[in-house]
Amino acid sequence: MQGILGSLVDLNHPGHYIHWGFIQLSVANLVVIALMVLVFMVALVVPFRRHGGGER
Amino acid sequence: MGSINAGGRRRSRRFNPDRDVAEWHGAYRPYDLVKEFIIALVVVAILVTGLSIVFSSPDDQPITLKSWSTSSPADFAQTAITELDGTSGTATYGPPYNSTPGAAQSIGPFSPEAWFGVHHPIDTASDYVIGPLQTLPNRPALTAALSAYSAASSEQRAQWTAAYEKSVAHATFSGGQLVVPAGPYGPVGTMITSLTSMARSGALDGALLSSRQFYGTDYTKPLLFIADGTYLSNIAQNQHLSGDQWGMMNETGNYPGQAWLWLYTLWYQVPPMNSSSSGDLQVWAIMMVLTLLLALVPFIPGLRSIPRWSRVYRIIWRQHYRDEAARGPGTGTGPSVPVRTPSPAVSAE
Amino acid sequence: MTVDLNPDEATAGAAADLPEDADQWTARLRNAALEALPPQRLMPDRQPAYVASWIYVFGVLTLAALAVVILTGMVLAIFGPAWWHDSSAGLFVNSLHLWSVEVFFFAMVVHLWGKFFMAAWRGRRRATWITGVVSFVVSVGAAFTGYLSQQNFDSQWISTQAKDGINATGAGAIFNVTNFGQMLMWHIMLLPLVVAILVGLHILLVRRRGVVPPFAEPAEAGGTEAVNGGLAESGEVR
Repeated sequence: MQGILGSLVDLNHPGHYIHWGFIQLSVANLVVIALMVLVFMVALVVPFRRHGGGER
Repeated sequence: MGSINAGGRRRSRRFNPDRDVAEWHGAYRPYDLVKEFIIALVVVAILVTGLSIVFSSPDDQPITLKSWSTSSPADFAQTAITELDGTSGTATYGPPYNSTPGAAQSIGPFSPEAWFGVHHPIDTASDYVIGPLQTLPNRPALTAALSAYSAASSEQRAQWTAAYEKSVAHATFSGGQLVVPAGPYGPVGTMITSLTSMARSGALDGALLSSRQFYGTDYTKPLLFIADGTYLSNIAQNQHLSGDQWGMMNETGNYPGQAWLWLYTLWYQVPPMNSSSSGDLQVWAIMMVLTLLLALVPFIPGLRSIPRWSRVYRIIWRQHYRDEAARGPGTGTGPSVPVRTPSPAVSAE
Repeated sequence: MTVDLNPDEATAGAAADLPEDADQWTARLRNAALEALPPQRLMPDRQPAYVASWIYVFGVLTLAALAVVILTGMVLAIFGPAWWHDSSAGLFVNSLHLWSVEVFFFAMVVHLWGKFFMAAWRGRRRATWITGVVSFVVSVGAAFTGYLSQQNFDSQWISTQAKDGINATGAGAIFNVTNFGQMLMWHIMLLPLVVAILVGLHILLVRRRGVVPPFAEPAEAGGTEAVNGGLAESGEVR
């Protein structure tokens, strides 16, 4: 049996895929990659405040 | 320009901003690395626990020779005959399974597959068909068929198997038996029908795994047999796992897969790799070169200048540049807040 | 010559005072280690003021994710490779292991992007960059052997497909992806050890050289750099 005991969202259904030119990407992978790019940009941009350290 | 370092050697290289950097003599701030690691550990643990509760992980049941031959007996029989007559994918694979001439992949004279040779020998006729059949007891008709086959000349065998291969494409399954239109197959019909029944009973799975010993952990033989058929690849195709579907990056169902394999699998989609018989070697050669380039970026002019040209660093270090501008030019000379003495210097390297 | 040393005195460095012991491999190794990484440098309590961006946390996030990968892997090892198919607790630990791998690669790649755009190899930090890239490549291999060890449809497909690429390089003669026993041992023993050693080296190199300083201000390029040029090669961290 496919063990999906205890998962709130069942990802075991047939995957969804994006076709873009010669590129085929699963929605799941696209989400991961998009998140990576987003997190990278956010990490660059969000100010990093050190508590107790440094003058401003 | 030149400088004499601690060892007394003169270095005469000019400063290159993409290779060198003036070391920091400016302010330090307290930074608790251990606390940072513990916080990171807790954050990751919570994140991973949350993802596991919400999504769990996939576990699609494996194929067995039993499940294959039960679901697709005709496909199984078609594969079995090619194993017997030596035309299957495995039989014609070349090294490391056998030494089929011309089968090894190559780029020009470069053919490491051939150089390493046969290390996991598989004789598909005896390993997949004759050997397992010989383990079945109390089958006089089968025993006679096997004797007839082994006594026949190779030309006779080729005639039988070629005829069978043509007809098995039209095979059906009824009454628990494989049914192939009658033809001049000699003993081959009996052999393949028996093998199909053996597979459907589950006995073939066991026979292939424990053919050498009781404890088997090497699944090469049964896996290659299964992969020679279309049953496994059809399931994979439906799950978007085929090589030509960028399948290497994917996972069964809707789970994220291995996004980090994007560049490796990309080359399989483009000519000439996507149609060349040496496509695998070509892709590996490309990836080895690219990986080497990535590792050697610090040494590659142009490539190592991209960070400076792209100016992404101005975002990363914007606070530093603001502080510097406020203090006046000079690389961090003199802190403007009292900080404890920086880490003690050691003697110059 | 025998010297009757109080053990406490010995550890206080009295042995090093004896000239004939300075050539000892032990003494030389110890002194080299202490010179490269004195305690304050091995475990510093301050960082340069320019280390002030969220991009800097992705190295430690990668390390933390690796720790979770290893910990969950150890739990799976305790119960054996078939456990997660038969037990919901096992499936849950398998999920933890899989998702921590996804987080590991996620963080590692963001860390790689950040380090690239900082040109973090500058100032004698090329070995740091190289150990990072090699860690990445070996981690991909470690993950690959993990996928092969699942003993389910995914492993069957991945092994029968991947064998073609690996066989083409000749490595298939030794590295047999359809051999579950072999792949499992690479996955739980050989490759984690190599990853741990590489990551350890990588971190020690970061400690040794320090976090790479920013690019000089454009206004200073070619100006103050000439003055600092003599120091630029030293890689010395104060």
